[in-house]
Amino acid sequence: MNLKEKIIEKLLLFCSLVTILTTLGIILVLLVQTFKFFSEVSLISFLTDTEWTPLFQNKRYGILPLLSGTILTTLIAVVVAVPLGLIIAIYLSQYAHDSLRSIVKPGLEVLAAVPTVVYGFFALEFVTPLLQSVLGPGLSGFNALSPGIVMGVMILPLVSSLSEDALYSVPKNLREGAYALGSTRFQTAWKVIVPAAFSGISVSVILAISRAIGETMIVAIAAGQQPRLTFDPTVPIETMTTYIVQVSMGDIQHDSIEYRTIFAVGITLFAMTFVLNNLSFWLKKRYQEEYK
Amino acid sequence: MKIEVKDLNVYYGMDHVLKNVNMSIKKQTVTALIGPSGCGKSTFLRCFNRMNDLIDNTRIVGEISIDHLNVYSPSVNVNELRKSVGMVFQKPNPFPKSIFENVAYGLRVNGEKNKKVIEDKVEKSLQQAALWDEVKDKLKKSALALSGGQQQRLCIARALAVEPSILLMDEPASALDPISTVKIEELIYQLKEKYTILIVTHNMQQASRTSDKTAFFYMGELVEYEDTRTLFTNPRKEKTQNYITGRFG
Amino acid sequence: MKGKRFRKRLKRFKNVRKYELQDKAFQYLGIFCTFFGIVVLGALLIDVLMAGLKRLDWDFLTSLPSRKASEAGIYTAWIGTLWIMILTAIIALPMGIGAGLYLEEYGKKNKLANFIEINIANLAGVPSIIYGLLGLELFARAMHLGDSILTGALTLALLILPIIIVSTREALKAVPYSIREASYGIGATKWQTIWHQVLPASMSGIITGAILAISRAIGETAPLVLIGSLSYISFAPTSPLDPFSVLPIQIFNWISRPQPEFAENAAAAIIILLGITFLMNGIAVYFRYKAQKKIKW
Repeated sequence: MNLKEKIIEKLLLFCSLVTILTTLGIILVLLVQTFKFFSEVSLISFLTDTEWTPLFQNKRYGILPLLSGTILTTLIAVVVAVPLGLIIAIYLSQYAHDSLRSIVKPGLEVLAAVPTVVYGFFALEFVTPLLQSVLGPGLSGFNALSPGIVMGVMILPLVSSLSEDALYSVPKNLREGAYALGSTRFQTAWKVIVPAAFSGISVSVILAISRAIGETMIVAIAAGQQPRLTFDPTVPIETMTTYIVQVSMGDIQHDSIEYRTIFAVGITLFAMTFVLNNLSFWLKKRYQEEYK
Repeated sequence: MKIEVKDLNVYYGMDHVLKNVNMSIKKQTVTALIGPSGCGKSTFLRCFNRMNDLIDNTRIVGEISIDHLNVYSPSVNVNELRKSVGMVFQKPNPFPKSIFENVAYGLRVNGEKNKKVIEDKVEKSLQQAALWDEVKDKLKKSALALSGGQQQRLCIARALAVEPSILLMDEPASALDPISTVKIEELIYQLKEKYTILIVTHNMQQASRTSDKTAFFYMGELVEYEDTRTLFTNPRKEKTQNYITGRFG
Repeated sequence: MKGKRFRKRLKRFKNVRKYELQDKAFQYLGIFCTFFGIVVLGALLIDVLMAGLKRLDWDFLTSLPSRKASEAGIYTAWIGTLWIMILTAIIALPMGIGAGLYLEEYGKKNKLANFIEINIANLAGVPSIIYGLLGLELFARAMHLGDSILTGALTLALLILPIIIVSTREALKAVPYSIREASYGIGATKWQTIWHQVLPASMSGIITGAILAISRAIGETAPLVLIGSLSYISFAPTSPLDPFSVLPIQIFNWISRPQPEFAENAAAAIIILLGITFLMNGIAVYFRYKAQKKIKW
């Protein structure tokens, strides 16, 4: 009997170890190809060159254009998602009736469940033409503004639900103390609860940024494939994720330098999201301990 | 069959929660364990079926011997031990299954497959727990639909189904209403004929009503262990006297 | 307090009126923002329905992809989605539930379990395209599985593994400790306790997490593009080693074509994909409701 128990335990342990193997696999795959890449391309030029043209005749390997594309779309997404998400979180937790909350929350969850390729379609076929009718022909068919806004809507549920958790975990007596002094809901929310929940709200913002940085399909469909070092949201650009998709759809020889570029870009992407995610975990631990 | 406790010490991490307990328990008696909150009586109870093993950082020094076999010896299979030493918990904890399946559970994990044997044993256990008449027509119904007192008697039946010789009860009636409490106490009196019972209780009237011997614990030490009538009318130690007259605890 | 002094005091709070207006204004802002998201979702659904509903017919569901938009269909795409869904589930669910069981029931206090936990939290935040890179190098190339369904399923399984593990743990946590204690008290072993008591009690919650994870997997595009899933497949796959296409890839391909007829096709395929996604999410919500009903210990 004891032997059976031990075997089962080892089996289950193995299942959880698969996750470690996955991480090792990701790191290994990225590192190996990146090392090979940097044996041919200097790290300095990768980080400082302002042109990204690995697929053209005149090959330049500066990541800055892709980086600026990613950052631009992320910025727009965050500008949309964070204020809206925070306001929604405050409204739902401080103002709304339970019945309203029970309708709205599932609705927001649906937003999070829509596949990203559908959002991409929406950005290209609906939002871009809509923006063009408002902003005029200055907005090209592929641009950063449209996918940025749509990404913002996609990550809205993430920000609002995490912020709501943070607001909820502020001890009740703080809130009651404020009301007892005669503050309105607005004053209590902004002067007492939001500052108290600041770490938790920061967590939601950081995770939103991380999510937007890693998003692929919306930008691949609607933002364009023209790497360009710019912060102009009306022109086509290319993000890091779009580039990786672009290369893998083409006929690139494995083990060529062009092939290796996707890993160099990939490891940059991985590093950025890794730092952001762990920052958010550290922050989360801190704010959870504050309220022990 | 005799139970001997020899120099029992229990540590939770750095806390020395039971200190040098020595005790001898005769078979087919009811022993009450009383004392203020945190005095170690529940910890002591859980040593007999090694439920303390489930808590991290617990260290046991000393011996508990049942019929000359130390339950902490490495040769003892703890799962088998728990079938011989049954336990009833303070808050009734029936499984979210039918009444029948609750009682049958112990038999099934023992490997019993014979339908007739299981049915017979379930009936017998429910009768011993004075619950059979109330549930015999609804054995397939959920156990969670029973009242608190019935649930507790179900938990007793569940423990009895695996035919233990010792029954450990950790404040079995403290979560129940007065009428259910009386029923449980009557039950204990009947069960005494077949089982050796140790019962932790906060209720001194209950202890004096149901038990043959009583052990008074204070801050991890066994202060006095005596025939129940003697302990409650003429205790030897002053601390015991103070506790039973309500001066503290 | 005398009446006159009390009234005087209230008069001093003239600002109260201003703050009340502020409060009311924010309330309306809140309502607006809350419904903004719902309105956008509605716009999306209406847009897709208007664009694609007319293209949706039996031929569309049973035709192969084609260079002519009017003849193209999603047959191979939804068969591929079905294959991927089943194969990914077979790979990911036992491992994910097993890992969740280990971390929640066996590994609570040891350092290895702690490390695995942090690692899982990290994996959950890794962009899906990185999993595509892993799948490309490890499964497609190193293990020579190429652009097959197996490669796609293995890649997606790794992607959704953290989701399954986390939701399994939540479901297991919801089972009160007293149930396990009662089971041990009768002399049941750890695995008997898990198999007979803990798993049945947490099953609804586990199923909820599983369905949501699979639903996520069938909506993924980027990792499958990376491992080489093609959009022009002219036959339905017959084995896990065959090349394949899935609905999201087909949609992506059609969106990338300039002709507006292909946009119609894409919209129609999106209707199917959304239909499947919402159906699965609806079933998962049903199981979550069942799980919460049970928690009336």
